[in-house]
Amino acid sequence: MKEEKILQLLNENARMSLAEMALRAEMAENEAEAAIQSLEKSGVIRGYKPILNEAELGENKVKALIEVRVTPRREGGFDQVAQRIARYPEVTDLFLVSGSFDLLLTVEGNSLNEVASFVSAKLSTIEGVLSTSTAFLLKKYKESGRIMQNDEEYKRLKICP
Amino acid sequence: MKNINDSKSVRRPLVADHIKSLPKSGIRAFFDLVNTMDDVISLGVGEPDFTTPWTIRETGIFSLEKGHTSYTSNLGTIALRREVCRYVRQNYNVEYSPENECIITIGVSEALDIAMRALLNPGDEVIYTEPCFVSYPAEVRMAHGVPVPVETYVDDAFALDPARLREKITPRSRVLLLNFPCNPTGAVMSREKLLEVAEIAIENDLVVITDEIYSELLYEGEHVSIASLPGMRERTIFLHGFSKAFAMTGWRVGYACGPHEIIDAMMKVHQYAIMCASTTSQEAALEALRNGEKSMLEMRESYRERRNLMVSGFNRIGLDCLLPKGAFYTFPSIRSTGLSSTEFAEKLLKAERVAVVPGPAFGACGEGFVRCCYASSVEDILEAIERIDRFVKSLKK
Ligand SMILES: Cc1ncc(COP(=O)(O)O)c(C=O)c1O
Repeated sequence: MKEEKILQLLNENARMSLAEMALRAEMAENEAEAAIQSLEKSGVIRGYKPILNEAELGENKVKALIEVRVTPRREGGFDQVAQRIARYPEVTDLFLVSGSFDLLLTVEGNSLNEVASFVSAKLSTIEGVLSTSTAFLLKKYKESGRIMQNDEEYKRLKICP
Repeated sequence: MKNINDSKSVRRPLVADHIKSLPKSGIRAFFDLVNTMDDVISLGVGEPDFTTPWTIRETGIFSLEKGHTSYTSNLGTIALRREVCRYVRQNYNVEYSPENECIITIGVSEALDIAMRALLNPGDEVIYTEPCFVSYPAEVRMAHGVPVPVETYVDDAFALDPARLREKITPRSRVLLLNFPCNPTGAVMSREKLLEVAEIAIENDLVVITDEIYSELLYEGEHVSIASLPGMRERTIFLHGFSKAFAMTGWRVGYACGPHEIIDAMMKVHQYAIMCASTTSQEAALEALRNGEKSMLEMRESYRERRNLMVSGFNRIGLDCLLPKGAFYTFPSIRSTGLSSTEFAEKLLKAERVAVVPGPAFGACGEGFVRCCYASSVEDILEAIERIDRFVKSLKK
């Protein structure tokens, strides 16, 4: 229950001060801190990162979503192939999915070429990988619940009955 | 030739007496001042800080896309009335017929107005609890009624004391107007107290208007509608709307449910004065009842958290504050500062740029209190408490 509340608050803003978190979760600061530490230790929390709008950074990194079909191994199923793929630092996210392909991954590189050569030289040559289909990302509208477009400021009345 | 625009040609008062004598809210000047100031942290609003949930907004947009731009039936669309009656049955335990016991209005504001006009003969008395929503006494006067406040006190957690209600009853008493959870105090009524109030209403043949606009925003305990108590349905008008729970203040849509005879009378006023509530808003409201509950519960959870934050903040800095069980207002006492509510609000605004609403805006017995709304961001609430702390300390020097 307490951990659930802490996770909800971290999800809202992982940089929330301990003081605010404690007030909002109705617990002492050291309690909140202990709850976070235990979540980190147990591996529920694997890290924290900002949600970026790269367009405003003027960054030219290239990202692609790649669908991969694989033949499951006799022992280990999809896990062995997936874990192999996961070790590449180019791969930022990786999921086993239902549907007409098996693995869905996001890959990041400094240029189109870099991503393309990762796919052709590394990914598709891994044993068990049958085929890949690459979709380069063109524009981001929303990530982790945050919409990228800035809405025009909308002013409410400051005071009303 | 005599100029017909000559002021001398106007010999009678331009404005009706009962409107002329309506007090312009005494803190109007204060409101105007706040609205012209920049970088104010305002705890003075009376509406959600959320935008209407997307599924509701999208339904409104879709309604326009489909070209649903004509009048609806006077009572409102039958689809919405059916859904409202289902919602009221499920959540408030009273059964109304969508055919003739439910009317969709332009918010609870209009519902209040047409209820008063439908019920009151000139001189009839309407008993209502104070501190209360600013419109109540004015609504009564505009319908040629006589507003009779019954005070509620911090010692009762601002619930209505049935004994005090009894004292206010006269042969001209006609209506009892209730609002729990209450704006501005956040007070609620226990089932026991409500049963006593119901008994008094029956004994004295009062019609009860119950404004339950904040009823979803209840953080502890059960909400009991007086309409659901024995013998009350036939003498109660149940008012509710979408403004608060579904963050739809600007859509202007609400409803009234009640016995057929009363709804019929309200419908006459509504038909001639209003025609019907906005079609777009009615279709959006239908979506709110069908698919808005999850968003509503999320908003409520967020209010609950902020309520606790604000109340503990006030008590920490030495302003006594009850934990209100409903709505989104706290009503801390500022008596310990030695200032009047209005002085407190004005000085605080000037010194620290925090806006709160002086208690007497909601009735004379609100003196000694200010209303602070926690439908504000957590950062603003924390910052406001800090500024108020600094302000209160500066008074002691
Ligand atoms: C107690 C109470 N009743 C009615 C209203 C008006 O609601 P609506 O937006 O439905 O007209 C308010 C708004 O502040 C209120 O606080």
